[in-house]
Amino acid sequence: MASGDKLFLKGNEAIARGALAAGCQCFFGYPITPQNDIPEYLSKALPDRGGAFVQAESEVAAANMLLGATACGVRAMTSSSSPGISLKQEAISYMAGSELPAIIVNMNRGGPGLGDIGPSQGDYFQSTRGGGHGDYRLLVLAPATCQEAYDLTRESFDLAFQYRNPVMILGDAILGQMKEPVLTAPDRPADPAEARDWSLDGAVGRGPRLLKSLFLQDGALADQNRMLQAKYEAMRAEVRWECFETEDAELVVCAYGTIARIAKSAIRKLRKKGLKVGLFRPITLYPFPSEALAKLVKPGRKFLTVEQNLGQMVEDVRLSLCGLATSEFFSIYPGNLPVPDDFDEPIARALGL
Amino acid sequence: MYQDEELVFSCPQVVADRPTHYCPGCHHGVAHRLVGELLEEMGLVEKTIMVTAIGCSVFLYNYLLVDAVEAPHGRAPAVATGVKRAKPDKFVFTYQGDGDLASIGMAEIMHCANRGERVSVVFVNNTVYGMTGGQMAPTTLIGQKTTTCPGGRCAEREGMPIKMAEIIASLGGSAYVARTALNNVKNINKTKKCLRKAFEVQTSGLGFGFVEVLSACPTNWKMSAIKANERIANEMIPYFPLGVFKDATADVTGEAAGKGEEGK
Amino acid sequence: MSLYQDVIIAGFGGQGVLLIGNLLAYAGMNQGLNVTYIPVYGAEMRGGTANCTVVLSEEEIGSPVIHRPLSTIIMNRPSLDKFQSRLVDGGVQIVNTSLVDMDLAEQGRIRSVPVAAGEISDKLGDTRMANMVALGAYIQATGVLPLQAVIDSLVNVISASYKHMIPKNAAAIEAGAKAAQ
Repeated sequence: MASGDKLFLKGNEAIARGALAAGCQCFFGYPITPQNDIPEYLSKALPDRGGAFVQAESEVAAANMLLGATACGVRAMTSSSSPGISLKQEAISYMAGSELPAIIVNMNRGGPGLGDIGPSQGDYFQSTRGGGHGDYRLLVLAPATCQEAYDLTRESFDLAFQYRNPVMILGDAILGQMKEPVLTAPDRPADPAEARDWSLDGAVGRGPRLLKSLFLQDGALADQNRMLQAKYEAMRAEVRWECFETEDAELVVCAYGTIARIAKSAIRKLRKKGLKVGLFRPITLYPFPSEALAKLVKPGRKFLTVEQNLGQMVEDVRLSLCGLATSEFFSIYPGNLPVPDDFDEPIARALGL
Repeated sequence: MYQDEELVFSCPQVVADRPTHYCPGCHHGVAHRLVGELLEEMGLVEKTIMVTAIGCSVFLYNYLLVDAVEAPHGRAPAVATGVKRAKPDKFVFTYQGDGDLASIGMAEIMHCANRGERVSVVFVNNTVYGMTGGQMAPTTLIGQKTTTCPGGRCAEREGMPIKMAEIIASLGGSAYVARTALNNVKNINKTKKCLRKAFEVQTSGLGFGFVEVLSACPTNWKMSAIKANERIANEMIPYFPLGVFKDATADVTGEAAGKGEEGK
Repeated sequence: MSLYQDVIIAGFGGQGVLLIGNLLAYAGMNQGLNVTYIPVYGAEMRGGTANCTVVLSEEEIGSPVIHRPLSTIIMNRPSLDKFQSRLVDGGVQIVNTSLVDMDLAEQGRIRSVPVAAGEISDKLGDTRMANMVALGAYIQATGVLPLQAVIDSLVNVISASYKHMIPKNAAAIEAGAKAAQ
């Protein structure tokens, strides 16, 4: 794919193409709506480029194949949607414990249980608090547009290898299914040396290498956890966010992903009516842009968190505000398709109108 | 060494020179040794990426000095698939027990074999969960007492013991499938021959190789090492017949090969 | 005020509503506008109604999902029942009178533009091009994009193996526009 082409792409396809542009060589998946465009696209594109595509027998197996491929220092990815991501958590925990640079895409759908195939942000906690057993963090990127889905996926591989840590791309059913123009960027194949110091490629001229998460000797697991904690702290350097019309805002709406862009429509409309409303949009959900949000605290300024779940990111928002301010919360229940009109009333209420 | 002495036998370098954590009479050490000998004899040591499983053999990486990745319980065939697809020129094998492979990892082993992944599987069947303390396994024999079937396994309640070699042989992607035992020297030698074939079908690109190795667990069987070897011959082999169930290199059918009485 | 238009295009599965949604979005993109397109997908795709939403804007687009659209293209009766009441006051509704009784279409609060998309495409020799006729009428009635920009974008949505169909589809778009004059 020539760079600089303006293509009209579904969010799912933007993610697939972003992965290819980053030099992704292996994909392991299992069908689930609403992310099927990703494996469908890569099932042709990867073999065409000499890479590997495997439709696994289950999400459990797909995530463990990802574990195997990334242990070899190869750029590899899986994608799924909420119920499938639950099944992948076993391997995600092992990959975090074994420090493997895997990319996991979650096109969040409604839950709990089988839920529906519509958009949802119900997996915020699962994504930002680890998701599986044990203490660990994923670097979580939350695109709001197809362009961002492409760009962040393309970058996610660099981040994963830089930190030797799994990275999650957290989208939703709307982002996956909608189409937007996407400006493609140059392919940037993996640095062949990026995993030279730790990956498995046969013990030639060196001692054997071992990638594992089992530490039974006295103190060994504590040392491992101390090291992981330091890494998660270092990942704070990657914090990203967007401020929109916050300068003079009396009310700052906090939202991420698709909900944030829908909020933007509502905010534009309300601005035209003279209401001073702005938007704070975290792009990294872990690390959460706490300091940037805290800096927005001003006497009299109010905050309103809107999410398509029962209230998850609002906990991070309130922690970030450090008690200097608080945030109201408005829930768009998973199962409802969110539209800009949904924001009018909660925004008016939060402004005290 | 004296000048006039000739070294006729030595331990493979790839097998670590350290005591294992295995119980007396356990066959894991023998199986490790056979794998190590073959990796050296076949020139595979520097090409190998080993996938270890959960169970007593979780520490295999302490004894075989090759690149290794640890898989979650039962997932070794999926992890091996990922490794092999990422690095098709490497030699990839898993080493799994019966709880790992035939219970929690049943889906992974079946589909890995069915896809014909170019990997090799060493399946150590000792009819019991060893590391967790002797619970019932999918291969536990009818009447065999374990900590979770204290009255003995009962077909009506727990089903029949699963015959993995026969199942794997029935799948399209398997190229070599055998069942052997480690209860005497003859069977140990035979096991090595079969493992070699299972490795060769990978290196020659023919397909998936699988050897089920009947092994002793004297501790959880609550018997001496000698009695444990006798149990393999008298109880296990009659239910789990030894033989080659599939050999794409020789076109041996399961019918002809599967009913061997040898090795008792 | 800068250009902004949104439209819900709705009909039976098989009427090609997603195709003309894509075509409109491509034409907008080729004209340098920001565009979004989102289909209703999943269970509803099978046999029932199909619809998609297209937003065209000079500004960055927030929501790709619109509850109260500025305009609609109504290809069948169930779509009229579902979307007519949601159309904003002063909105434009293209009604395929080949399948929808024009008496059911509101006039006054909104502007309903009739187009006999089925009959017109029949006369052009291919009844499957009713969608293109309706889109032509829509472009004429709203003036959101130059008609030629839409015709020029056919190449983006018609696969290479059906390239020979482009002139026929262009004629259908033009015929629709003429009918809505």
